[in-house]
Amino acid sequence: MKVLVAVKRVIDYNVKVRVKPDNTGVDLANVKMAMNPFCEIAVEEAVRLKEKGIASEIVVVSIGPKASQEQIRTALALGADRGIHVETDEEVQSLEAAKLLKGVVEKEEPKMVIMGKQSIDTDNNQTGQMLAALMGWGQGTFASEVAVDGEKVNVTREVDGGLMTVGLKLPAVVTTDLRLNEPRYASLPNIMKAKKKPLESVAPADLGVEVAPRLSTLKVEAPKQREAGVKVEDVAELVDKLKNEAKVI
Amino acid sequence: MTAYFNETHNQARETTRKFIQTHVLPHIDDWEEAGEFPREIYTLAGEAGLLGAGYPEALGGHSEGDVFMKVAISEELMRSTSGGLVAGLGSLDIALPPVIKWARPELRDAIVPSVLTGERIMALGITEPGGGSDVANIRTRATRDGDDFILNGSKTFITSGHRADYYTVAARTGGDGHGGISLFLVDRDTPGFTRGRHLKKMGWWASDTAELSFDDCRVPADRLIGQENGGFAVIMSNFLAERLMLAIMGYTTAQIALEMAMEYTGQRQAFGRPINGFQITRHKLVDMATKVDVAREYTYRCAALMQAGKAPVKQVAMAKNLCSDVCESVTREAIQLHGGMGYMREAAVERLYRDGRLLAIGGGTNEIMKELIAKQMGL
Repeated sequence: MKVLVAVKRVIDYNVKVRVKPDNTGVDLANVKMAMNPFCEIAVEEAVRLKEKGIASEIVVVSIGPKASQEQIRTALALGADRGIHVETDEEVQSLEAAKLLKGVVEKEEPKMVIMGKQSIDTDNNQTGQMLAALMGWGQGTFASEVAVDGEKVNVTREVDGGLMTVGLKLPAVVTTDLRLNEPRYASLPNIMKAKKKPLESVAPADLGVEVAPRLSTLKVEAPKQREAGVKVEDVAELVDKLKNEAKVI
Repeated sequence: MTAYFNETHNQARETTRKFIQTHVLPHIDDWEEAGEFPREIYTLAGEAGLLGAGYPEALGGHSEGDVFMKVAISEELMRSTSGGLVAGLGSLDIALPPVIKWARPELRDAIVPSVLTGERIMALGITEPGGGSDVANIRTRATRDGDDFILNGSKTFITSGHRADYYTVAARTGGDGHGGISLFLVDRDTPGFTRGRHLKKMGWWASDTAELSFDDCRVPADRLIGQENGGFAVIMSNFLAERLMLAIMGYTTAQIALEMAMEYTGQRQAFGRPINGFQITRHKLVDMATKVDVAREYTYRCAALMQAGKAPVKQVAMAKNLCSDVCESVTREAIQLHGGMGYMREAAVERLYRDGRLLAIGGGTNEIMKELIAKQMGL
């Protein structure tokens, strides 16, 4: 079966982000970008499905500026077969992303879409769910185990109370959680081979979607710096401070 | 990032970084103390394609002729904070090129792929107890006997010397001086070839360094690499890449030490503020950063010349001297900024200081480099 994997270009998770002085967003100038870690897990899961003989073709799609092709190339080096780049310099919010993905899904007709549960830049955790809704497909979100069984897939989900397993009829959308797998790194010969794999570029208009933000960002601020604590001499002083300074007891 | 590197280089960097983070960093302190790293690291590095960079695809390599691929990978390997690991993994880079360029095709095809996958380890044997940088005067002798050569003599300070499977060995087949030297490929289990004790070193602890001795060691004549008595030129042509590598190790070691010092001085408190709140600390960090930047950019320039097919012997010698000096001074200052902590073995910066010292010695001492530069300057 054909598997579609969506990947997003985001600030590398190692980078300490800085808020722009005018509070309109975070500073992206000269900042290292990388594939969203949850998307790496999605790619890895698809590659494992292919290695098990379940997936026959992996198509990787990314939405974003020209440079997003780097993340597609990375996915190709990890084992995806071909790439689709939906090129836009506009800000793409969750619903538009889901609509664009729907356009790609309708064209490619995969049996399964695997994507990260959220991207570490805006942390919305919406696109997978929205895509499933727009397609009218089942969804298995926050997957920690994915087991394909014929025309069905059993997805074990990480929920507050523990683990929940849902059985979905294919086609379906699966979003990945952190513990689904440990992504491999691409070997250098595979990086070279990936350069020859097909990468198609389409515009949002080709998919019949107009990319226009529906939400506007009012202000972005850095989290408050934690202030240094104080050492107390004894329990009496602690209780006193809790009562009279912190006023929590 | 500079214009020297393309997207593929950056992807290779990412792979190398993940390789180091996954397989090396959790264990490197133990391996340093043990004086060795597991053989498995060679095969893992081989699988990731880290060993094959710069070698022909037909022999299991990739990125042949791509000097900056080698630079990118080497910088990321140094992030292991262990010069010994990098030297051990990289011993093939000094031993293999002569085999690829000058060995008989049958011999080359039989050896090279297994070294690039990491299944076999390779070492280069040039330096002798009686002399190192003075390659023209090596004393190990290879005497012709029918279809064989009989080797007698000894080598020392050989990286991967103890556990290598194949050795590229220089021996005298002719008269005195540089015109009488040949290179041979010697198998580990050749009768008469033995490896001595593990040598204990100031730095590079994780690398296996040994003495080799040849006692009527019979090597078939078809294991000659290149022309008989033509070994000197082969050895010399090999030095350019080795010295570039040492320069890269130099500025990268310094870069890591600088980063550690920046981190530490931002946390360490003295007199009520972090010590980077003092102007003297900031200025010291600035001086360190300036040196590292200049050393790196100059080395990139040398790499660019090599990429363009030039043999910048003088510039690479200058880069090696510059980078090893920068490495020594920056790691020293980094330790100073760490104070007592910098003197502790649990601080990687302590290792960087010891490891860096080798860079002014290996691949031709800095004094030999200066003589080389002087000659090129027509002095």
